[in-house]
Parts: sequence; structure tokens; C-alpha cells
Amino acid sequence: MAYILEKSFPVEAGAYTTAGEASTTIKRTLKQLGISAEVLRHVSVACYEVELNLVIHSLGGTLTLLVDPEKVTLISKDVGPGIPDIDMAMTEGFSTASAEARTLGFGAGMGLPNMKRNATEFDIQSEVGVGTTITMSFALAS
Amino acid sequence: MTVAELIKLIDAKDMTPEADKSVEVSCGYTCDLLSWVMAHGTAGMAWVTVQTHMNVIAVASLMEMAAVIIPEDIEMEAPSLEKAQSEGINVLQTPLTAYEICARLAAAGLPGKNREV
Repeated sequence: MAYILEKSFPVEAGAYTTAGEASTTIKRTLKQLGISAEVLRHVSVACYEVELNLVIHSLGGTLTLLVDPEKVTLISKDVGPGIPDIDMAMTEGFSTASAEARTLGFGAGMGLPNMKRNATEFDIQSEVGVGTTITMSFALAS
Repeated sequence: MTVAELIKLIDAKDMTPEADKSVEVSCGYTCDLLSWVMAHGTAGMAWVTVQTHMNVIAVASLMEMAAVIIPEDIEMEAPSLEKAQSEGINVLQTPLTAYEICARLAAAGLPGKNREV
């Protein structure tokens, strides 16, 4: 399928001060494309959550934004460490966030469930020692 | 209620003079767990938090909140305030406690967030 837009953003592990920059840019880009406020809100929340997950939990990764006439797609791909138990990770309230992340007010165990709640379609694939890929799509027409 | 009216109501100092004060406040909220706010925040919200780092501004901006209120005269870090100015997010500092801020907002008729959102 031909994409209207395709853009990738590298996200650095542990970069708390710049966390949210990719999400802010993505939100601004989609706003310029004339995406509805409701879809924009769902994408923004899920995007920020996944960006923070890359900062807090991963060894670094990339966030990719794809836009086609039917939907917005976000793909988060990291280089590890991978999630041993995805069911556990998807449970609201479960978190493996560091003390540093918790001090900043993260690590409530809301991230993955919040992404799933906001996306039209949500998929997570992970292999310990390899990495995690999260694919989320957001339908443009309700 | 506009942000300008909110400032008077809670005896606040406007920490981001460049941000729009005519923005309407839709509801009040208080929480220091950013992950929680990401799940439950709404547009137009006046959010009371003791957190002062950059991510507070990122959350407020992404949720299109009306204002961030910092209680008990806690100082927000300069880089966070700079980011707030550039994102157009209102940051208000007040000597009141979070409890007192919420009491005043409620007494002035500002609702809590809509639970269906």
C-alpha cells in the first residue's frame, strides 16, 4: 500500500529528559495532515506510552509512523532485552520499571494496557535477548 | 472558567506569561503518577501535581490540558518552564496545598473529570 507519510524516530534508552519529543513531533505532523481530534488523541496517548516504554525498558529502539488513507500505524521496534512474560506485562498494575522511573511518576503498570485501549488494533511480539516489536493501528474513519 | 480566572481563584503566580490565559478549563484533577494521568487525563483539564520535570509538560501538551498547577510554592525546573512556554502550556504556582486548590476549584463549580471519558 502506498503511504501518505512514513517517518522514523530513534529513541534512546534512559533519555528521560527528551522523552516525549518523538510523540510531540508525531502529533504535530498528524495535526497538519488534518487527522480528527479524537483519533489524534488516541494516537498521542499510545505513542507517548510506547515512547516512554522504549526509554524506560529497552536498550534503545525506533518509533515508526505510517499513514495511509485508512489508518495511522505506529511501530515500536527495540533491540532488547525482550519481555519474558507478555501476559504478565499486559496486566494492569504490573511493572518492572526502575526506581529512577518510579521517582519521575512512571511505572504504574498502565503503559501497555493503555496502548491497547487506545489503538484500534494492537500487536506485541517479543523474544528475550532479541527485542520487542509493538504494532498499533488507529482507524481514521469511525 | 478561563485560566486567567483560575489564577485569581487560587492566588497563583503565572510561570508561563506567553501561554494563552483565555483557554477554558473543563475540569480539575490531581495525581502525581504520570502513567496514571496518561490513562485518565482529558483536554482542558487543570492538573495539580508536585512533579516538576519535563515529562509533566509532555503529558499536559499531548493531552491538551488547560493548565498545570504546582502546589505549595514548589519551583518547577527552568527547562520544564521553557518547554511549557514553547508548547503554550500554562504553568501556575501557588502557595496552597493540593487539597486547598481542589477545594477552591470545587467551590467555584469546576467539576471533576467525566468518568465516561
